[in-house]
Amino acid sequence: MERHFDTELIQLKQQLLKMGALAEAMIESAVKSLVERDSAKLEQIFRQEQEVNSLQLAVDEDCLRLMALYQPTAGDLRFLLGVTKINAELERLGDQAVNIGEIVERLLKEPQLKPLIDIPKMAGIASSMVRDSLNAFVDRDIAQAQAVLLLDDQLDDLRNRVVEELIEFMTREPGSVSRAVQLISVARILERIGDHATNIAEAVIFVVQGRDIRHHSQQ
Amino acid sequence: MSNKIEIHKLDLHYGKFQALKAVDMPIRERSITALIGPSGCGKSTLLRCLNRMNDLIAGVKVKGRVLLDGQDIYAPGVEVPELRKRVGMVFQRPNPFPLSVYDNVAYGLRVAGLRTRARTAEIVEKSLKGAWLWENLKDRLDSPALELPLDQQQRLCIARLLAVEPEVILMDEPCSALDPIATMKVEELMMELKKDYTIVIVTHNMQQAARVSEYSGYMLLGDMVEFGLTANIFTNPADPRTQDYITGRYG
Repeated sequence: MERHFDTELIQLKQQLLKMGALAEAMIESAVKSLVERDSAKLEQIFRQEQEVNSLQLAVDEDCLRLMALYQPTAGDLRFLLGVTKINAELERLGDQAVNIGEIVERLLKEPQLKPLIDIPKMAGIASSMVRDSLNAFVDRDIAQAQAVLLLDDQLDDLRNRVVEELIEFMTREPGSVSRAVQLISVARILERIGDHATNIAEAVIFVVQGRDIRHHSQQ
Repeated sequence: MSNKIEIHKLDLHYGKFQALKAVDMPIRERSITALIGPSGCGKSTLLRCLNRMNDLIAGVKVKGRVLLDGQDIYAPGVEVPELRKRVGMVFQRPNPFPLSVYDNVAYGLRVAGLRTRARTAEIVEKSLKGAWLWENLKDRLDSPALELPLDQQQRLCIARLLAVEPEVILMDEPCSALDPIATMKVEELMMELKKDYTIVIVTHNMQQAARVSEYSGYMLLGDMVEFGLTANIFTNPADPRTQDYITGRYG
């Protein structure tokens, strides 16, 4: 039986995906601005963050309303709880894109320190983690959610490599310190983006299977 | 917590129609167990098996075992009136006798042969207190029970049960005739009563099952599809049919 409630859930899901698409695009533009040393897209990122913020409020308001009016249970209840969690993660993703954007603004005022290799690699992994975690949510795909969790280790390793390399750089060339520190921040933000995608993937597993795998819990 | 009742491979036929199919279910002592499922799934039939109310219907055949404290209530030689004293029932519509409040509660005691007035009065008071009616009705014990508001009538029926000191209370849709406030009072009373009694409730109101019970059994077409902790059934049911029913997709 088709329920009126289902229509409401579909609308909610679409709103969340709109937010996800925005956050994804923001991250990609931020990293692109850094790699291509082009500030043209930065304004847009800052505007999109406002949009993500208002979507966050709308999604939470809808979840609250649906919980109060329909008193959902089982899979429906887990879905709504999952949406509120993913909602918070997406808003943080938007913030992280803005953080990268602000660093890029500063970095573009100085000459390039070195050609970037590992940071674009990190950005590629982080973006695909975000994209895959959202696809896993849409398709209720556990395998894809689990694949996202595995990618997080690669991201952590790359971050460590970037930090080590830049520390070496700073030791050799004291004039590079300010730029190197900014790049380290970018690497840390990209690693955080991976963590948010991981949280989304964990929420997907909870929504689909009712298993809470956060903090390696065995339930 | 131990099992007050254990149901093993219980089949029930109404003539040729099989209403219960090899039902297995434990009922934990001093807890509330809810039976849920669509109309005609067999939940009321199962409830009525627990004090052999189905014996009253012609053409009913029961197979399997229902153990109350380990003793099969369908074994030869079981005294059914004694069983129904231990396992009492509250019905959908309050059904007080057309007597006074006092006599409703005292009725079972008189049937049981209690003759002393002082002892009867003592038990009536205790039973009315147990059903949260004493404060309301202590000055109106002579009033006709049928003039009470519906929720008080329902709680009077519960007091009438408590007077004969049952161990198990069966409730068949006990709130379906009551408004939300009256429903809440009966639910609160149930949660108080489970400290001393084992309660089994049949309800169509899913939120009621979720609110009051510790264990739930979901039935469909005479099968016990899923039995477990209510908290699990309502957050992560194991069977897709349970999920469909409790989320309202069934049908």
